[in-house]
Amino acid sequence: MSIFRDAGHLFRLAGVYLAGTLTFLVIRAAVVPHSFGQYGHYRGAAIAEIAAKPLHYAGHQTCEICHSDIARTKAAGMHAHVNCEACHGPLAKHAADPSIDPGKPDVATLCVRCHAASAARPKSFPQVDAEQHAGGVPCNTCHQPHNPAIAAAGGSK
Amino acid sequence: MPGVEGYMYPNEVSLYWSVLIVLYPYITGLVAGAFILASLERVFRVEAVKPTYRLALLTALAFLIVAPLPLQLHLGHPERSLEMYMTPHRTSAMAMFGFVYLWYLMAVLTVEIWLDYRADIVALSQTTRGWRRLFYKVLTLGSSNVSERALHIDERVGWFVTLIGIPSAFLLHGYVGFIFGSIKANPWWSSPLMPVVFIFSAMVSGIAAVMLIYMATSRLRSQPIDMKCVDTIAQYMLYTFIIDFSLEMLDLIHRIYEADESFRSLDFMVHTKLWFSQVILQICLGTLVPIVLLGLVQAAKLTAASRKRIYAVSGSLALIGIFAMRWNVVIGGQLFSKSFLGYTTYKMALATREGLLVSVGLTILPLFILAALVKLLPPWTKEQPDAEALAVTGD
Amino acid sequence: MNITRRHLMLLLPAAAVAWESVLAGTPEASPNYTMTGHWWGMLIDIPKCIGCGNCVRACQAENDVPDGFFRTWVERYHVDDWNLANPQVISPDGGKEGFPSVAEDPDGKYFFVPKLCNQCADSPCTQVCPVGATFISPDGVVLVDQKYCMGCAYCVQACPYGCRYIHPQKRVADKCTLCYHRITKGLTTACCEVCPTGARQLADLKNPNDPIHAFLKTHSVQVLKPQMATGAKVFYNQLDGSVR
Repeated sequence: MSIFRDAGHLFRLAGVYLAGTLTFLVIRAAVVPHSFGQYGHYRGAAIAEIAAKPLHYAGHQTCEICHSDIARTKAAGMHAHVNCEACHGPLAKHAADPSIDPGKPDVATLCVRCHAASAARPKSFPQVDAEQHAGGVPCNTCHQPHNPAIAAAGGSK
Repeated sequence: MPGVEGYMYPNEVSLYWSVLIVLYPYITGLVAGAFILASLERVFRVEAVKPTYRLALLTALAFLIVAPLPLQLHLGHPERSLEMYMTPHRTSAMAMFGFVYLWYLMAVLTVEIWLDYRADIVALSQTTRGWRRLFYKVLTLGSSNVSERALHIDERVGWFVTLIGIPSAFLLHGYVGFIFGSIKANPWWSSPLMPVVFIFSAMVSGIAAVMLIYMATSRLRSQPIDMKCVDTIAQYMLYTFIIDFSLEMLDLIHRIYEADESFRSLDFMVHTKLWFSQVILQICLGTLVPIVLLGLVQAAKLTAASRKRIYAVSGSLALIGIFAMRWNVVIGGQLFSKSFLGYTTYKMALATREGLLVSVGLTILPLFILAALVKLLPPWTKEQPDAEALAVTGD
Repeated sequence: MNITRRHLMLLLPAAAVAWESVLAGTPEASPNYTMTGHWWGMLIDIPKCIGCGNCVRACQAENDVPDGFFRTWVERYHVDDWNLANPQVISPDGGKEGFPSVAEDPDGKYFFVPKLCNQCADSPCTQVCPVGATFISPDGVVLVDQKYCMGCAYCVQACPYGCRYIHPQKRVADKCTLCYHRITKGLTTACCEVCPTGARQLADLKNPNDPIHAFLKTHSVQVLKPQMATGAKVFYNQLDGSVR
């Protein structure tokens, strides 16, 4: 058939494209990660990788295992629902190795972060003008951070 | 924060899409426009534009080769870009790019050029020496059949490929518009008109580019410019320009009249940060002036010399105007906060990966590729020495 | 802290075992964590937020968030009387170091709005990802596979809330993971852990015993930009109409 002879170059072109497509499919099969599509259109293994990232905040449950006395003090006062690391910072390293000194937070900057008076804060939230209220005396001179109400020699409410 | 007025969400302060993403729809648009100009001759039998047919195809190919480069350069991890082919996400407009691009490059443009040039390639493979001979030999795919019947088959298949090519060109650029138009988070982009506006502005820029390249190459080759050809091209440019401008104004009027929650913010942006690039460059200099100039040619009887000048000026202004349009879409869409409460500033770097120098380089690069393509596959072989004879011998 | 060395020696083995169990996934809180058993979201109780910035700092410490970018941030709104359309909003350094004090405004109001990824169920960001590098996990958290992301930033453009950014060093998309590495171990997120007033609460919408359900039934809650129809799962109690 002359049509095949005269259109032969088109079949050659088709052959080149077919070879290209097959090469693509082979490469694709080789390079797409195995877990791709496990749960959806993404690499399923990525979920476990993200879940395995290191912790920096240990969580108050962990702190309370050792520091149950502080937890009891705290539970009795206004800071009952303020978790340890809200003030002490991330301490997973200390939890993993208690010999690492967690250090003490600086009350000069710590307390006013929450308690400096501002009209933007909810009215019911305890706020003070620190200068006027204490005149430079550190907050923990009068207030015990773990139970801040001043009653019966810095004890519970 | 420097360059920020009002309130931006903190992650919005720096722009994530740079001037390279302006270039990308610009260059893709030139491809689509050039191809549609080429198809005028092939499918719609507009014989007058024949002198630019092959040149338009090569221009489209040169720009298409460069089109993905700005995208590649802007990626955080260019080495992972092939994932678009390996695991394309069906719901992503951007994932379509790889496939539309590949389809357009391999199934449309390359095939059409190959079929059209096949006789020349076979002839060149027999007359040249050395590496060029090898190059053309490879291009023949081992078939030197240029019998009348074979060429007739090529002609028919080529016609069919062009026919597919027109919607493909629309698809190629329409989807670029869709990439922006489908982002509901961004009111400056989110519009169903976006793909249509992109297509028509692409046609304007592509037609202008081929017209300018044709006029420039004619001068370089000391050949007379076929006035009938450029007159026709300019006419088509005017028509598409009017459609493009009407669509853009429709979009604008619609936004102004609807005045939704984003309007005040966007309106302020257009009157300040985008005033020069949008109102002066895009609308006045880049659209109204060339439309008036091209309209003048239609209305008045002007000499060939002044028409040439008008075409050169309006073509250049159109290219600048369409670039400004891409700029206003891509950069403008990131200058305002999605909270509608503030604005940031885009500072183009000079010599970084996404800087000015790279952008200029990428804009010029297609012209070098085109020069190489013209050397390898001369588009003028079919042309008669006397350009005026074309209308008679034009097949 | 009156633990003596002797106490410590007695406690250590027990504590070490307990900490190990946290690292492995707290057995009592999440026995054999199954992804299909959870559907995570968060509750933001706006009237409780005091703008201390604890959450922003904790997020940066927990997730190595680069400077100048935020997985969570706090905004302070100032709204004049009825002028809901023109709030004045600030978020200095994302609210990381808190906010300057303000005096009472007789003609307006102030309030804080913490922001984070809304963990949308119909998330526009995962929709546009060209390669499948960001996705909604089976337990409803929008995550980024940073080994697969090519950094095209399309997702950043698609997020209506400005919650995503390109990590300047890793050059991939980055965002709030809802502390996925914590919540799968039975812990709460870093931001919720350190929130002193309980303005932020992690919520498991699939857990019938989660307090979120009682809260949602008895309060007027709203999500951000509901017109975007993203299926946001961060619920705001008493969200003002001026917030966007």
